[in-house]
Amino acid sequence: MWKWFHQLASPPHFYRISLLIAPWLGVSGLILVAYGAWQGLFVVPMDYQQGDAFRIIYVHVPSAYLSMMAYMIMATSGAIGLIWRIKLSHAVAAAAAPIGAGFTFLALCTGSIWGRPMWGTWWEWGDPRMMSELILLFLYFGYMALRSSIDDTTKADKASAVLALVGIVNVVIVHFSVEWWSSLHQGQTVFKKGTMDADMRIPLFIMLIGFTLLFGSMLLRRIRTEVLYRERRTRWVREMILSPKGGT
Amino acid sequence: MDGLAMGGYGAYVWSCYGLTFVIVVFLNWRGRLRQKRVYREIEVRLKALEDRE
Repeated sequence: MWKWFHQLASPPHFYRISLLIAPWLGVSGLILVAYGAWQGLFVVPMDYQQGDAFRIIYVHVPSAYLSMMAYMIMATSGAIGLIWRIKLSHAVAAAAAPIGAGFTFLALCTGSIWGRPMWGTWWEWGDPRMMSELILLFLYFGYMALRSSIDDTTKADKASAVLALVGIVNVVIVHFSVEWWSSLHQGQTVFKKGTMDADMRIPLFIMLIGFTLLFGSMLLRRIRTEVLYRERRTRWVREMILSPKGGT
Repeated sequence: MDGLAMGGYGAYVWSCYGLTFVIVVFLNWRGRLRQKRVYREIEVRLKALEDRE
């Protein structure tokens, strides 16, 4: 197990493995998302309270879940990089940030669009879920700005890892905000028994898996780019790029 | 047409799905673009080094 882990943490080995896995993740993710979206839009019956507007759940929940998962990946890899000094982990953290920011933006937009017909407002400044999700977006922006403002990659890795770790508090707040405080946002639905009919829940799980696979595919591509950039002066990169086959 | 109208919520539902499509395509495209740029940059540098050698 440890041998496998150490092998995977080796940049050239990871580069080759991810090159093989990423397209499969991408294609299977696309198929699942297409099927889940079709089910969510046309097959699943409408909600008795929200009508057809509830169909937004099939894009809003996966994007909100990925906004938090990407942050956790970013912070955990940052911590691993700080503690065990594994080079690859900082590359993972750097690669997760822009994708996480994208999904956080998407979660905020779809939530706001869904909120307009259901709550009668696009945005509520006092709502803990909306505000903590907005802070999450700013944390991503701050993380990326911090990285790009420091030229020395090692220093940038360390500083941004610390920022990512501090920001975990906000992810916890995002997750539990609907339970801790009174909020316009509805409480936990997906994993709570009796809140959603199986006909509606299954396409949501399909979308969650599909989005996760797509995220995985995008993340692997970006990690590969990070690895390539960081290892640009090494022998294996030189050999790979100058070889007739290349390595993209 | 009923499927598109979404019981009067069509504008909200379709804009969310459209935006999701745009963001996913954008994230994918940006990732590919950066990868190509970094690869090209290293390739040019290495070829210049090789020529000098």
